[in-house]
Amino acid sequence: MALGFLDRSRIVAPAGWTRWLVPPAALSVHLSIGQAYAWSVFKTPLEKTLHLNGTQSSLPFQLGIVMLGLSAAFGGTLVERNGPRWAMFVSMCCFASGFLVSALGVATGQFWLVVVGYGGIGGVGLGIGYISPVSTLIKWFPDRPGMATGIAIMGFGGGALIASPWSSSMLGTSPTTGTIATAFLIHGLVYAVFMSMGWLLVRVPADDWKPAGWEPKTDHGKAMISTANVSAANAIRTPQFWCLWVVLCFNVTAGIGILEKASPMIVDFFKTTSTPVGTAAAAGFVALLSLCNMLGRFVWSSTSDLVGRKNIYRTYLGVGALLYLVIALTQNSSKLVFILCAMVILSFYGGGFATVPAYLKDLFGTYQVGAIHGRLLTAWSVAGVLGPLIVNRIADSEKAAGKSGPELYTTSFYIMIGLLVVGFVANELVRPVKEKFHEPVREGVRSEA
Amino acid sequence: MSEPTTTKPGRVPLIVLAWAWVVIPFGYGVYQLFLKLVQLFG
Repeated sequence: MALGFLDRSRIVAPAGWTRWLVPPAALSVHLSIGQAYAWSVFKTPLEKTLHLNGTQSSLPFQLGIVMLGLSAAFGGTLVERNGPRWAMFVSMCCFASGFLVSALGVATGQFWLVVVGYGGIGGVGLGIGYISPVSTLIKWFPDRPGMATGIAIMGFGGGALIASPWSSSMLGTSPTTGTIATAFLIHGLVYAVFMSMGWLLVRVPADDWKPAGWEPKTDHGKAMISTANVSAANAIRTPQFWCLWVVLCFNVTAGIGILEKASPMIVDFFKTTSTPVGTAAAAGFVALLSLCNMLGRFVWSSTSDLVGRKNIYRTYLGVGALLYLVIALTQNSSKLVFILCAMVILSFYGGGFATVPAYLKDLFGTYQVGAIHGRLLTAWSVAGVLGPLIVNRIADSEKAAGKSGPELYTTSFYIMIGLLVVGFVANELVRPVKEKFHEPVREGVRSEA
Repeated sequence: MSEPTTTKPGRVPLIVLAWAWVVIPFGYGVYQLFLKLVQLFG
């Protein structure tokens, strides 16, 4: 397929190109699509102006996350084949068009257009954009793959930090359909310009490129790091892939359990104490968790380059389970302990997302790591449903039984501990991939970036 | 082919522009976040 300007062959870096131009290219995409986490800003204005209930106004976001998982899973191979410029361009077109279609939907009072636009079309932009820079960054930073993917995926966490206040200021205090439609229109145009830097700037390294002074390790002291390559089709036939799927799914489920209900949770927890938490302070707690989620993506993923991928997941899952246990046992006796534990758990949640591409690279090589990552992200879609479902259902049933305070959440915390222990065991079961799954080594075979 | 030990002089403005492109909006987001944090500990 002739892609012209977007083709991979057009973006092979010339001699003297610096790899430090690739992270900002990746960030311009991830900081944009991370806007998805700020969808809640539009919920109340849409409910008031288009007369929707809470479930209906969540539909665009929910469809967007489902489409993210599906497009990452099914579009991963296409992204590998066509290269990062094509992927970033497609992501920009879909994400920006999603806003434009939504603007039309609000202006004409057709909410289904918002669902199809933001959730359907925009969701494809989320999935393709999320995986677009991953394998390219790993190839540019073979010496620090965890740090490189951590930077980009931190951008996805940081996208909502920018979008939330920006969108709020655009909507004002009493938004009308005109205000919302205009806001969607401006979002579409601004994100299109902002994301353009990504596909204009991104480059893939030449096949024989390597960082100055760096040599691939021939000493396999770290047996988990493979120099062989496994195709995406073969990867999903390995037990390692499904062990990592369980690891990611349960680590994300445990984090979402707190993240999704953070605001009412801290209010409920300390309602009966001498230091209750008000709504404004709860908003500060949510912001603090967002910061930890974002920083964990960079800090823990970078740390994994030093201590190894398996060890860092032992920390996420093992220490995460212990921290949940501390919250469950100390209840509302100390606000500081509760906040500190939640902060670390959320940093592990972000770290789990950001470290997984490097873990995949260690196990399956760089050949089709982007496509394999896309398939693994279906674990996110499952966790996105599972985590909130567990916490909300249990809190509702406990409330119906007349309970209050920490009792609303204690059972959920013990379930999260169980899930993290299962994830810990799955991580322990990860072994190097058997040779029968490796791609044959032949002259001229190169990794697809 | 290895990475050169020094970056070409012509690339420096591009590197500065590229990082500023993402760091400035990110800085705005972090600033807004700290305003909210004050409410938690204030």
